[in-house]
Amino acid sequence: MNLHEYQAKRLFADYGLPVSVGYVADTPDEAVAAAERIGGTVWVCKVQVHAGGRGNAGGVQLVDSTDEVRSFAERWLGTRLVTVQTDADGQPVNQIYIEACTGIERELYLGAVIDRSSSCIVVMASKDGGVEIEKVAEETPEKIFRVAIDPFVGAQSFQGRDLAFQLGMEGNQISQFTNLFNNLMNLFNKLDCSLVEINPLVITDVGDVQCLDAKINVDGNALYRQEGLRSMRDISQEDAREVQADAFGLNYVALDGNIGCMVNGAGLAMGTMDLVKLYGGNPANFLDVGGAASQEAVAEAFKIILSDTNVRAVLINIFGGIVSCATIAEGIIVAIEEIGVDVPVVVRFEGNSADRGSERLASSGLNLIAASSLVDAAEKAVSAAGGSA
Amino acid sequence: MSILVNRATRVICQGFTGSQGTLHSEQALAYGTQLVGGVTPGKGGSYHLGLPVFDSVRAAAEETNANATVIYVPAAYCKDSILEAIDAGIELIVCITEGIPTLDMLEVKARIGISGARLIGPNCPGVITPGECKIGIMPGDIHLPGKVGVVSRSGTLTYEAVKQTTDKGYGQTTCVGIGGDPIPGTHFVDVLGLFQQDDATEAIVMVGEIGGTAEEEAAEFIKMEVRKPVVAYIAGVTAPPGKRMGHAGAIIAGGKGTAHEKFTALEAAGVRTVKSLADIGEALAEVTGWE
Repeated sequence: MNLHEYQAKRLFADYGLPVSVGYVADTPDEAVAAAERIGGTVWVCKVQVHAGGRGNAGGVQLVDSTDEVRSFAERWLGTRLVTVQTDADGQPVNQIYIEACTGIERELYLGAVIDRSSSCIVVMASKDGGVEIEKVAEETPEKIFRVAIDPFVGAQSFQGRDLAFQLGMEGNQISQFTNLFNNLMNLFNKLDCSLVEINPLVITDVGDVQCLDAKINVDGNALYRQEGLRSMRDISQEDAREVQADAFGLNYVALDGNIGCMVNGAGLAMGTMDLVKLYGGNPANFLDVGGAASQEAVAEAFKIILSDTNVRAVLINIFGGIVSCATIAEGIIVAIEEIGVDVPVVVRFEGNSADRGSERLASSGLNLIAASSLVDAAEKAVSAAGGSA
Repeated sequence: MSILVNRATRVICQGFTGSQGTLHSEQALAYGTQLVGGVTPGKGGSYHLGLPVFDSVRAAAEETNANATVIYVPAAYCKDSILEAIDAGIELIVCITEGIPTLDMLEVKARIGISGARLIGPNCPGVITPGECKIGIMPGDIHLPGKVGVVSRSGTLTYEAVKQTTDKGYGQTTCVGIGGDPIPGTHFVDVLGLFQQDDATEAIVMVGEIGGTAEEEAAEFIKMEVRKPVVAYIAGVTAPPGKRMGHAGAIIAGGKGTAHEKFTALEAAGVRTVKSLADIGEALAEVTGWE
């Protein structure tokens, strides 16, 4: 789960990480009030969306009057921001964040992620902050400093000091950064994060260490024990169909093709998408109906797939493991009768009771296209959707 | 021969009396697995499916001499269940449950590393040696005792691969589902090493997916250590970056972990890769020369 910058910064403040004073605003009036409350004459206005690349897209602006704060808010609130990280429609802007302006001497990078290869949390830092850190990591990996956190003993101050020295810090900055490092790791663990990123972390013009941006990703599997974070979820930033699917225990990801896919199992769902592509078609979605694939789940899956108006055909690929294909056939029939499906539906059954399932579909009188194999299913779906893309 | 489990493996089930534990224990018993008991705290002393129920893994292990356990408890309690199994000295721990918090797995993984126990999963179908021992949720009847080792990050995708090797008449020595999580207890390289040492395994099928670098590490290992033919399929060529494809591990992050990178690494290691998952059986026939 992603958080907005303003939410992440509140959490940063709660955990003792240095951030600027700032307030979130839903309306232009609130934005102006926020600026007045912060005081001073220069502020930073930032649109709040779940996407990076806001600055280059015009979503971050330095302003020096409350009139400019108002016009920034009026320009963005209720619109959508398109960045390099969003799709062509962009993300809705429902809030903006007004922050005190910080004088910057230099920009650094600090991030913590779960490293799969070493099975521990790794903290990364670089003197090259404020830019695309992936690029730095790829082109000049020696400019990224890393420390690995031992799962048994946790982060240690010496590791923070190590990074501080490597980042070229001096004097008070060393202890400031070491505190920040310890607090960051405390936050990471207490809030079940999967990623925390501060880009840029800055040395201010008076020599202090401060977090200018804040990005937090929370492990979705841990939300059951993170009550405070659950309420921070902003579903306006998520795909509506993905949200609906999630509510029914389905795993759905929208893609831009025209062949709707309904598959049991995440790996097989990806494999089915790949087959469609291999045979000249374009998958409209990833959809895993889960191992059980109940009648309700199948009906809901149909509704979600068909709510995408690009869909010209549906491919159902089920490998019956513990669940019987005959049971799933019943679910498909009920779902089609209930919601009415007006595009061709290709069905491939394999495994548990595949023959009985296929017979049940054939005798239903519904217009279903039976496929005898994986390849047959992909070819029939591509042809039903109007041929190769 | 086989790896990890065989007819002598004595298995207990944690979460035995729950719906998942009951369903899959019935199937395991029907398959012939030596399931010798189960654990449900508070129900010790009772019987379930004709087998004794214990309050703790330690009590179950002492009474039954179990050397393997399968875990079906809810995700929130899995860390505790796995650590309990390690503490009781169980050698093989198979965790089927999906949705375990990643930070829980970091602690579990560190503990596994110094314990000598082996953890398969979580978020996996389990492990099966056809005709001998089935631990997990895979359908037994698609398997056939034989000569191919199968290792995979996915569930139903594994069944496709297995079915193709069965349809060809080759059969399997052992099939291991290592699971779709970012922090699995056992990696491809661990299982590949076991298959390399197993005389009965004549060829290996590896089923990977996007996300992480486990397939690249496997490629490196195969190049150095594996002297048997390997066929590999990677799911997720069409997956867009930044989107999680069902499995917690299946996400292309920062341009890393793409199917293309994995195919390239495996091909450089001499692995026969297939772009269509329907071609696994055929490719196996080609690389081995089997009828």
